[in-house]
Amino acid sequence: MGGPVLFLILATISVFAAVSMLTSKNAVHSALFLILNFAAIAVFYLILNAPFLAAVQITVYAGAIMVLFLFVIMLLGAEESAGVLSTRTGQLTAGIIGAVLVVGSFIVAVTQMGGTAPASVVADTRPRTLAVILFEEFVFPFEVTGVLLLVAVVGLYVMSRKLTNKERMEDA
Amino acid sequence: MGIAGQIALQTLAVAGIIVFVVITGFAYSTLLERKLLARMQVRVGPNRAGYIPIPRRGQSERRLLGGVMQPLADAVKLFMKEDLTPTHVDPVVYNLAPMLTVAPAVFSLAVIPWAPRIPWLWELVPDYLGRYEYLAIAPGLNIALLFILAITSIEVYGVVLAGWASNSKYAILGGIRSTAQMISYELSLGLTLLIPVMIAGSLNLNDIVQAQIDSAWFILLQPIAGILFFIGALAELQRAPFDLLEAEQELSSGYNVEYAGMRFAMFMMAEYMKMIIFSAIWATLFLGGYHGPFLDAAPMLGPLYLIIKILFSLFIMIWIRASWPRMRYDQLMDLGWKTLLPIAVLNVIVTGIFIVLAEEGVFDGILNTINGLF
Repeated sequence: MGGPVLFLILATISVFAAVSMLTSKNAVHSALFLILNFAAIAVFYLILNAPFLAAVQITVYAGAIMVLFLFVIMLLGAEESAGVLSTRTGQLTAGIIGAVLVVGSFIVAVTQMGGTAPASVVADTRPRTLAVILFEEFVFPFEVTGVLLLVAVVGLYVMSRKLTNKERMEDA
Repeated sequence: MGIAGQIALQTLAVAGIIVFVVITGFAYSTLLERKLLARMQVRVGPNRAGYIPIPRRGQSERRLLGGVMQPLADAVKLFMKEDLTPTHVDPVVYNLAPMLTVAPAVFSLAVIPWAPRIPWLWELVPDYLGRYEYLAIAPGLNIALLFILAITSIEVYGVVLAGWASNSKYAILGGIRSTAQMISYELSLGLTLLIPVMIAGSLNLNDIVQAQIDSAWFILLQPIAGILFFIGALAELQRAPFDLLEAEQELSSGYNVEYAGMRFAMFMMAEYMKMIIFSAIWATLFLGGYHGPFLDAAPMLGPLYLIIKILFSLFIMIWIRASWPRMRYDQLMDLGWKTLLPIAVLNVIVTGIFIVLAEEGVFDGILNTINGLF
């Protein structure tokens, strides 16, 4: 399905969005470019015959997570902030991490090229099949992810709850 | 022309007709709302633009269907307005926001099933619909319900960005309110969407409609889920009584306060299109979709039944707006998180248990007794 033309268009869009996300100075514009990138990647999944993954990519990444991102940026008014990257050390660290990631992904891409994804599994969109994959085959990673999210929620609650009078006295 | 060209042409034709019908429907749903609201408040409503004069002897003429051209007059007025971009805004995002609001509203239209196989239509566009058993813009998409969820989750961007880009207090307050509200209600909405999937065992909307034709409309099997979905949809649409983000008294209409002309109209358009589309989804999931009497003999009745159900749902939405006061912000959050979400979670658990029990054959005895009675 698809074809090289579609792939080229999508690749251009996603690379352009990723680069623009890094180069734009306004934090809200960066977030918007990131959303565009996520959306383009979702269409990649569709071309690769994995519609479920595409829908989840949009719902979770382009939808839920980025809305919260945008919310925080808007509330904190962090537009056009200088940030860590304006310092020399920050740029160096970011550069090194970025280089390692790029080289690493190239190595993985070259060595694993031609390996096939379990296309028949992801292309099957019946809820029962998806449930069997999630809750039987990959139940352990699924539960670990759940616990991880729970820890984050509990942590948020602890940090944001109102202090009791006694605790306030101790703080003072 | 190759087969791909044929498919593209036929898709464009079918999709074009459906989208045109819904956009016209949007224009007339504004009129429906104004007329109905007026009637419920003992007013007349718009009655000047366009009418059919019926002369009466000795008296002034009788005016039939008064106000039938009102949407057209509104559109002309809005087109004539100056398309201005205030100087204090972020121009790119400001101009992008109305489009980001309208586009998702139109996207969800792609997966609504309108009718079962209609023989003459299938002969007309064989390359496009030939492989499928039902009429929809994208009949091949088997994850229709997830697609709707995905679209719902990106719908919020238009409003948020409009609020932010306007660079004005009222607008950003409206935008922030809407984000919080939509995130809160998306959860219970998603959980109620699960119920039809669990009963029908498929994410395809046509399979869900077929399951309702085989058993009963899901509003009868699952009235709680049906009502929860409707409330969640109202909150997601930001209709009264959940229209806090455009509270005129507090925010002077909120996120769209800096917009004028056609850009303002696009927000209105998105709101009414979303009303129609959520009604269509509600009808498809809980009211049997295109199902109705004599459907087997005349499949062309399918779209008609769906439109009747959409009108019914629109009527309830307008009725609620006419009779319900706006909720306070804390009441809204309490309702979303402390009432709707627990009910939705419990409903999913109980439904799951019942489905498993039914598959294990626990209810066979009861069903046999009931069947024995008739």
